[in-house]
Amino acid sequence: MAKAAEGEIVLMKGNEAIAHAAIRCGCDGYFGYPITPQSEVLETLAAEKPWETTGMVVLQAESEVASINMVYGAGAAGKRAFTSSSSPGVALMQEGIAYMAGAEVPGLIVNVQRGGPGLGTIQPSQSDYFQATRGGGNGDYNVIVLAPASVQEMADFVDLAFDLAFKYRNPTMILSDGIIGQMMEKVVLPPFKPRRTEAEIKETCPWATWGKPKTRQPNIITSLDIDPNSMEQRNLHLQKKYQTIREQEVRYEELFCDDAEYLIVAFGSASRIALKVIELCRAEGIKVGLLRPITLWPFPSKRVEELSTRMKGILSFEINAGQMIEDIRLAVNGKTKVAHYGRMGGIVPTPEEVVEALKQNIINQTN
Amino acid sequence: MTEEEIIRPENLVYKKPTLMNDRPMHYCPGCSHGVVHKLVAEVIEEMGMEEKTVGICPVGCAVFAYNYLDIDWIEAAHGRAPAVATAIKRLWNDRLVFTYQGDGDLACIGTAETIHALNRGENIAVIFINNAIYGMTGGQMAPTTLMGMKTATCPYGRQADLHGYPLKITEIAATLQGTCYVSRQSVHNVAAIRKAKKAIRKAFENSMSGKGSSLVEIVSTCNAGWKMSPEKANKWMEENMFPFYPLGDLKDIQP
Repeated sequence: MAKAAEGEIVLMKGNEAIAHAAIRCGCDGYFGYPITPQSEVLETLAAEKPWETTGMVVLQAESEVASINMVYGAGAAGKRAFTSSSSPGVALMQEGIAYMAGAEVPGLIVNVQRGGPGLGTIQPSQSDYFQATRGGGNGDYNVIVLAPASVQEMADFVDLAFDLAFKYRNPTMILSDGIIGQMMEKVVLPPFKPRRTEAEIKETCPWATWGKPKTRQPNIITSLDIDPNSMEQRNLHLQKKYQTIREQEVRYEELFCDDAEYLIVAFGSASRIALKVIELCRAEGIKVGLLRPITLWPFPSKRVEELSTRMKGILSFEINAGQMIEDIRLAVNGKTKVAHYGRMGGIVPTPEEVVEALKQNIINQTN
Repeated sequence: MTEEEIIRPENLVYKKPTLMNDRPMHYCPGCSHGVVHKLVAEVIEEMGMEEKTVGICPVGCAVFAYNYLDIDWIEAAHGRAPAVATAIKRLWNDRLVFTYQGDGDLACIGTAETIHALNRGENIAVIFINNAIYGMTGGQMAPTTLMGMKTATCPYGRQADLHGYPLKITEIAATLQGTCYVSRQSVHNVAAIRKAKKAIRKAFENSMSGKGSSLVEIVSTCNAGWKMSPEKANKWMEENMFPFYPLGDLKDIQP
């Protein structure tokens, strides 16, 4: 499948699309550990044998803890590397992600979410929103979070995530779920891009640890600073970077909002259900629009605020107990009514129950 | 003979390795780390790998190793150095990649990463400082703490029913198919330092010739943590550590 011609439409799972996209976009290494519902990422990479074609390294690690630290090492040495897992496994990776953020190591983490907490279920969920957007590990940091809503976006976001990771020297996450990971859709795989050469890495990552030439000082990748004054400076530098990301990297999609009186905010697989909800509502004459955050961090707060001024109410539709609603409420700041609807434990809501929730929790409360 | 006549290059019998910078070390007087750092620096220089070496620091006393040797370094999370090293070596396979870890880091919190990196036969070298105690955090019990030995968290001495037994992870490493060289050394006298240097050199050379994983344990003193003078700590190590952690090569696979 990696040999799919440029522009050719192929049918595959979201997890497979991640693997193929990685091979095609110049990824240097993958390090992962099996967990449902994302194991096809590693399985596809193992079957494709990219080490024989692009030279990409694929390694099944002993744990998610080891996987993320391999990504840490690879990124520290200037390589484009990623790991994938599902919720309990990503929980194990939080230490490594915090180290990456602290030491400014670029890398990609793919979370194909399942229901929790704990071992939870293998069925889909969006209940890791807080973990992804609030940092997840220790310290004041943020991870750039992309939320794909289709198999096509699973493929497209791999290269984008690597570019953002290296542009800002920051970990990037693709926050998917068991629906997008497992469902098959048509997809056009990204065009082939060669892996960066040693010279290109040295030029674009002068901070990376690949062996110190006489011409420069040692490169040291660390998140440690015992002196609180310089540790505060390091934190201020990170916060400045996060502010730049907030200003420059917000991505979202807006549908049917021009004449809308009510707004649904939904990301990833929930946004697909929301499209059917909007169709059902509009058939009844209820004008509903959709705002789909593509970056969950940075969150499209400004756009949510703008839209809130002309909406009678906003429904935060998430497949969880209500997490993104906090970001919506912070953005709306009381200007209009905001309610949540979601299911948990691996249950995927039907469009009909979301329509009902919209009527009960928003429309009937605002008219 | 004047001083100027003596200080000439041809009369030089010993010098500080050029990879070692002049920063004052944070290690306590009497600690083994300084000697092992010097050996690592000498070996890298003698192999001509100054520009192609990446070191991985642990969490523990050697967390600041990157302050003393002028090579590229990565500071790993506690116990994760072998995983970090795995990725670098696989992605930059003409580089010399080594980890430098203490007993808490390597034999306790990082046991899984240590065993699996060695068992995969990653072409890395692992330098393992075993002083039977957590030095950096103030002298707590380590996986390698001897039976009866007193530490801050076993103040009445390590006993099996409360604390379990000391772990001989180097012996475990020797049983793994992925390791090609496993050795236990010390640096408490000149003869031991010479042997330790040879072992480090062999480990580093193995990693460059793709023979698999190498582990060199250095049985070390932590006189501050042991609450002894440096001299007494050396003697205590000889009398108590060496019988339980005997020195010498445990495994050396020739091609």
